[in-house]
Amino acid sequence: MQVPDLIPVVPEILMTILVLSLLVIDLFIKQKEYIAVYTVVGSLLVIISVFYCTGVTFKGMFVADSYSIFFKMIFLINVIFAAIISVEYLKKRASLYGEYYVLLVFATIGMMIMASAGNLIVLYLGLELMALSTYVLAGIIRTDGLSTEAAVKYFLLGAFSSAILLYGISLLYGITGSLDIREIGLYIAKEGIINNKLLLLGLVFFITSFGFKIAAAPFHMWTPDVYHGAPTSITAFMSVGPKAAAFAIFGRVFMIVFPALSGSWVNLLIPIAILTMAVGNIVALAQTNIKRMLAYSSIAHAGYALLGIIAASNEGLSAMMNYMLIYLFMNVGAFILVIMLNNQAKVGDSIHDYRGLSKSNPLAAFLMLIIMFSLTGIPPTAGFMGKLYLFMAVVNAGYGWLAVVAVIFSAISAFYYLRIVMFMFMNESIEEVKLSLVDVNGLLLIIVVFMVLFIGVNPQPFVELARLAIL
Amino acid sequence: MLNEPGTYLPVGYLPILIFLGFSFVFGLGSLVFGLLLRPRRPYAEKLSPYESGIAPEGEPRQKFSVKYYIIAILFVVFDVEAVFLYPWAVAFDMIGLYGFVEMVLFIFILVIGYVYAWRKEAFVWD
Repeated sequence: MQVPDLIPVVPEILMTILVLSLLVIDLFIKQKEYIAVYTVVGSLLVIISVFYCTGVTFKGMFVADSYSIFFKMIFLINVIFAAIISVEYLKKRASLYGEYYVLLVFATIGMMIMASAGNLIVLYLGLELMALSTYVLAGIIRTDGLSTEAAVKYFLLGAFSSAILLYGISLLYGITGSLDIREIGLYIAKEGIINNKLLLLGLVFFITSFGFKIAAAPFHMWTPDVYHGAPTSITAFMSVGPKAAAFAIFGRVFMIVFPALSGSWVNLLIPIAILTMAVGNIVALAQTNIKRMLAYSSIAHAGYALLGIIAASNEGLSAMMNYMLIYLFMNVGAFILVIMLNNQAKVGDSIHDYRGLSKSNPLAAFLMLIIMFSLTGIPPTAGFMGKLYLFMAVVNAGYGWLAVVAVIFSAISAFYYLRIVMFMFMNESIEEVKLSLVDVNGLLLIIVVFMVLFIGVNPQPFVELARLAIL
Repeated sequence: MLNEPGTYLPVGYLPILIFLGFSFVFGLGSLVFGLLLRPRRPYAEKLSPYESGIAPEGEPRQKFSVKYYIIAILFVVFDVEAVFLYPWAVAFDMIGLYGFVEMVLFIFILVIGYVYAWRKEAFVWD
């Protein structure tokens, strides 16, 4: 019996050891904060291991290449952020269970497997591990009706989209007789079956189910309710992690399996991307709850990132990856401030809670200002750089008009992001909001804002990293 | 194993298709023939759900304790473990030390789940 090469899966094995030990430690420990600390330290160690463990193993089923390393870095940073911001928030709601961290890490393992999947079944396995853990996390506050409703909605629609993905996988298997992503791509290219009706149907199924996962219109219906109802720390977690994971498999499957059909899927994705940007940005204008507003904004950002896939080039792919990394920082940053207001001042879910924040907490208001500028895409923040590279990729792929459309929607988004800035700086507060930045969340907020500015001023190293990480 | 695109006909499955057709015709046919041939003389006792049993009382949809589900889930876990153990035991002389270590790891992970369930008092009924 041949022992497979286990080096490429070392990060996943370490994460599994972490999750199993978390499960046991949780049984014997009363202070759940230590579990959070352990999760953070463990994930930091795994980040280091990710960079050293490369290769292809399990007969091509598991691929740890630079593409997957880039995404694993995003997932692990994301889980560290989520673990830190959850402690205070969940303690206030008497929902700080050890299982919460177990599920966070399980979901992250699922994402890591997705990013490394060289086989459609492995891809599905990772997807389900991620999705099932996230469904439970969305409903972790058991006494809250909204949270439970979010979990059930997420579960039903997520299960539905998984079923569609399985149907697509089975169609591909039926046509090509293989589940290996690379083999399927070679077979399609060799046989020249780009007009096969079943293959096109499979392609549509893939777009539909991936569209569900990245929350692209018209498959976005679950997003606002789920993001609104779930605990805010989980909203921060799942608006970045599962979305980036879905983009990881989106890129891998479409660039390796379907490159020969790029004419077909680009034509399908262009209307989806335009619709996603339109729905996300225009509906966000009407939101007064900041979690719902950020949910619609996350739909809009999925639309921008789709442009990188539409470019169907290495340039587009690396721009998309770069955007995911930037989106991680700015999105988590926005949620940290929402959580801090929630924790300390019992407000923060309505955008009117931000009135006059600059008077009572100038530093917090300033940090939020930078994050809102970044989400809008105003230089010198990272959001501008991310959008710049995405739009450049689309223009170079010959869709200049699409970049113009995206810029217009981006301008519309300025209204609802800058409205918060206006509330903070130009309005008098209804009631005094006391906010202290001297805690772990405040520190994290400062780090995140520093990263947003750092990437905005000096994007070169990150762009290089993403450029090296193409397939 | 790869076929010409668009020309693949699953000829090997033809017997299954014929079998499917036969069973469909036979199943539906016996119901229809029975309906046509049998005498119909209904009366109250015959139409009751349990002709020679106790008449049911109350709503069939009752709440019952969530503990049954936990027991059922635990049963499935250990049932699946047994399913994996049998072929492993049969093939043990061929898979060697590697197979042994794999199975020890597998059971170890299950044991963690077992300890978890135990400490969370999944086995305590009251």
